[in-house]
Amino acid sequence: MKGLVFNIQRFSVNDGPGIRTTVFLKGCPMHCPWCHNPESISPDRQIVLRGERCLRCGDCYAICKNHAIRKQDGEYVTQRAVCKECGECVEVCVAEAREIVGREMTTEDVIREIEKDRIFFEQSGGGASFSGGEPFLQHEFLLSLVKACKERGIHTVVDTAGYTSPDVLQRISQFVDLFLYDLKTMDNTQHQEFTGVSNRIILENLQHLAEWGHKVIVRIPVIPGVNEDSESVRRIGSFVGALGNVEEIHLLPYHQTGIEKYRRLGMDYRMNGTSVPTQGDLDRLVGELKGHVAAVSIGG
Amino acid sequence: MTERVRKLREQSLNAVPSLSPERALLVMQTYRDTGLHSAPMRRALTFKRIMEEKAICVNDGELIVGERGPAPKATYTYPEICCHSLEDLDILNNREKVRFRVDDEMKKTYQEVLIPFWRGKTIREKIFSEMTDEWKAAYEAGVFTEFMEQRAPGHTVLDDKIYRKGMLDFKREIEDGLRSLDFHNDPEAYRKQEELKAMSVCADAIMTLANRYADVVGELARKERDPARKKELEIIEKNCRRVPAHAPANFWEALQSYWFVHLGVITELNPWDAFNPGRLDQHLYPFYKQVLEEGTVTPEKARELLQCFWIKFNNQPAPPKVGVTAAESSTYTDFANINTGGLRPDGTDGVNELTYLVLDVIDEMRLVQPSSNIQLSKKNPDEFLKHACRVIRKGWGQPSVFNADAIVDELLRQGKSVEDARNGGASGCVETGAFGKESYILTGYFNLPKVLEVTLNNGVDPRTRKKIGAETGEPADFTSFDDLVLAFKRQLRHFVDIKIRGNNVIERLYAEYMPVPFLSILIDDCIAKGKDYNAGGARYNTDYIQGVGIGTVTDCLAATKFHVFEKKNVSMSDLLRALNANFEGLEKTRLLLVNKTPRYGNDDDYADSLMSIVFDAFYDEIDGRRNTKGGFYRINMLPTTCHIYFGSVTGATPDGRKAWMPLSEGISPVQGADRHGPTAVLKSAGKMDHVRTGGTLLNQKFSPQLLESEKGIDNLSYLIRSYFRMGGHHIQFNVITAQTLRSAQQHPEQYRDLIVRVAGYSDYFCDLSTILQDEIIARTEHQGFS
Repeated sequence: MKGLVFNIQRFSVNDGPGIRTTVFLKGCPMHCPWCHNPESISPDRQIVLRGERCLRCGDCYAICKNHAIRKQDGEYVTQRAVCKECGECVEVCVAEAREIVGREMTTEDVIREIEKDRIFFEQSGGGASFSGGEPFLQHEFLLSLVKACKERGIHTVVDTAGYTSPDVLQRISQFVDLFLYDLKTMDNTQHQEFTGVSNRIILENLQHLAEWGHKVIVRIPVIPGVNEDSESVRRIGSFVGALGNVEEIHLLPYHQTGIEKYRRLGMDYRMNGTSVPTQGDLDRLVGELKGHVAAVSIGG
Repeated sequence: MTERVRKLREQSLNAVPSLSPERALLVMQTYRDTGLHSAPMRRALTFKRIMEEKAICVNDGELIVGERGPAPKATYTYPEICCHSLEDLDILNNREKVRFRVDDEMKKTYQEVLIPFWRGKTIREKIFSEMTDEWKAAYEAGVFTEFMEQRAPGHTVLDDKIYRKGMLDFKREIEDGLRSLDFHNDPEAYRKQEELKAMSVCADAIMTLANRYADVVGELARKERDPARKKELEIIEKNCRRVPAHAPANFWEALQSYWFVHLGVITELNPWDAFNPGRLDQHLYPFYKQVLEEGTVTPEKARELLQCFWIKFNNQPAPPKVGVTAAESSTYTDFANINTGGLRPDGTDGVNELTYLVLDVIDEMRLVQPSSNIQLSKKNPDEFLKHACRVIRKGWGQPSVFNADAIVDELLRQGKSVEDARNGGASGCVETGAFGKESYILTGYFNLPKVLEVTLNNGVDPRTRKKIGAETGEPADFTSFDDLVLAFKRQLRHFVDIKIRGNNVIERLYAEYMPVPFLSILIDDCIAKGKDYNAGGARYNTDYIQGVGIGTVTDCLAATKFHVFEKKNVSMSDLLRALNANFEGLEKTRLLLVNKTPRYGNDDDYADSLMSIVFDAFYDEIDGRRNTKGGFYRINMLPTTCHIYFGSVTGATPDGRKAWMPLSEGISPVQGADRHGPTAVLKSAGKMDHVRTGGTLLNQKFSPQLLESEKGIDNLSYLIRSYFRMGGHHIQFNVITAQTLRSAQQHPEQYRDLIVRVAGYSDYFCDLSTILQDEIIARTEHQGFS
């Protein structure tokens, strides 16, 4: 079984209990403009360029079989439309000015990486987390991973926005110890406008998880201009509170650390000018949510 | 913190370090006035004279009395070891960092009296005159350093004996020893007699000093108007009459007794690591329990007494160096390192109420001296570790964390008894020792990357252009990586031989000319053997050579193996040309080596197995060789700040490091080479076989934000426990951002109090040399990832 992984992060301490290794699977059906991992969205390999590191040695130009790199005024310009993301230029770039995001890995490859920190999982009550993108987009791969983890006695967390079919969810969820479940807004029109998809299936899946008795922590990205008003968050709170199985909500404040990544990927950033939520805003939202669930915290 | 402690602490922090000629003059007078004496007796009479004539200093409000010099931070010199020149004194007086005030009187005394007297008579001169040309060439090239050319061997820690016995008890043991000397059958009888007589003189001398303090304090008490202070002074006077002559009767006396003993050791000579009470919470616990039960002392009072005790350490800066090392910025820290927690002699959990109190004192005092650590056993409760982590979170590098179980294993491997091992701990930076019973001498740092550099130049040191090494073959002729490793090992043997030959001479110089009869009273089994600490009197006598730059040399080997012998994308001659050119105009080659090589610190067996090859080679070459004191050579892996010096004499290296830049520090990866977070670093470091060392040093840097919450404290404690499960010896942390450090570099006046972890100790950031500051900034800072 193979899948496309864009990062494996050891010592993750905000994606579930204890010390964890988070496996980021590439590809997402949504395209939220605030996404801080823009490299996670496309289901394909992508090339990342860090021009500031370039030595202008021309090795990439010399090796590119697809003629995707042009020489222009002493600079080497990569035409993304022509680039086939084969990665040969990355291999020869000693300056690390070029990187391919998205590595094809087998289940065994990933498990080998996860196993490296077993001693830390055992000591801390941690384990493996699977995030994205939307990890359910590669659901067969995800299934093989969580299953392999459980066979090895490794605690599993899946960080999802819940946009998948209930069947798939059911098949995979039996191997998942904890879901980190993203909810953005209860307003379907708004949801469609910002993420490109309806939230109906997302909300239904969350209800399914509750019915099946799974442990879920709901995470709300707090985005100014989208859902930082009291009403939006209150609606999420009462929906989640009614489920009965969710004891915790985490507020994840919008931040701008991803902006640079957009540039390196040649993508547009659509949130320019958006400010980060103030501590006052966050405290207010925590207040709105209290009473619906046992614990509300800011950050993961 | 009480008003008293706040004032004393402030006074200590504000006291200006200065040099005092008092001791130097008294030593000279004794050497001049005494006739024909054995070396131990001459040293004993010297000690006696200092104890009888040195100035007595009692500071307002203090509860523990005794200063080494005539005032707080007035620091003695030790001209019989090394005599400062006028130029040295000027440098110390004028240098920007770690200054010592030298007044005209001091300078005049040196110029007119001390320098003429000591010229040609110091241990330092004797050492250099005894060393071979090949030793000098290797030393000048920066292959190794020599600890004993400016300071005496010390490197030892006290056990619990002074809390059970007084000097009068020790004198009885000494007299028993003298009575049982067998001049008919024991050819060593006379030597033993001289040593024991010398110890007896020293025991009397330290009691004389205590009584002189009692006299002065008694006088102050009589004049004191404030009834509360008067009462305190009366108690202090009584304490000084009782200890260290007798075993202490209570908590307060116990601290005072240790302090007199400490002053004795650091006045007798300038031993490395000053001296150290070791397992303080274990030693004091019976007294603490007793006073709490009797209700004579409250926990608050005990805390205040401990805090007053802490300040005494901070009042004694490390004696300053001479020559080249005086010009480089050094440190006021003298490496006394207080241990907490660990195991009891019967192997049970040693953490007690006093352990937590000591951790609180460390936290509140926030002083660079004394240094402190926790000894963490798997048997100790997590709360102990977390309590310590909450202090570590404050970001000034104390306490450091040791694996008590690993330390016991290390000591057992070296052949110590279980009980002696469990009573041991760590001192100095990270050195393992059987407290009260072992002389564990660090003899010098050893520059591992330099050995490779000389290997790559077939025995020639490129910087000094001298042939200092063995001819191990032209690297261009090597047909495999194994050829290179073999040549490296031969070169290593060449330099270890030179170093050990030098050590075995220097050790005898101290044994013959510079015995320490006072220290010998305190370390088993010097009295029983009638033998001096410096001559092999201790129960265990270990000499260490400290490997430096294992991260750098590992990456160098990895880069050569990977690119020259496997990928063949760089030829050996091209590599050597690049190193020779310091990568000038060859940035592409340099980046290839830096970025396209599997490197140590990433939990990658390719690189980590090369680390093990170097470690094994170093271990095999040294461990088990015999020293002149009936003990053995061992290795440990720590640099203090020597990775900066060694870097400054080492040219460009195959890991892409440019010439003269710092080497990797401790067993940490090369600065910035670790790219997979703290767990990967710990895994790499955990592949080293720590039990075959006498200490390893691992530093990690965390952003403060990672440890803000209790969850952060939990995560830090999990990291530590996991590392120790892998057998790791020691870990310590800087919890600070590079941004803060950069800002402190630019505005030192605003960061006068900023303390950071250097390597095995903490120091004021602004007192560090710029290059050391830069190196700390360059260390990888671990964040929490989400």
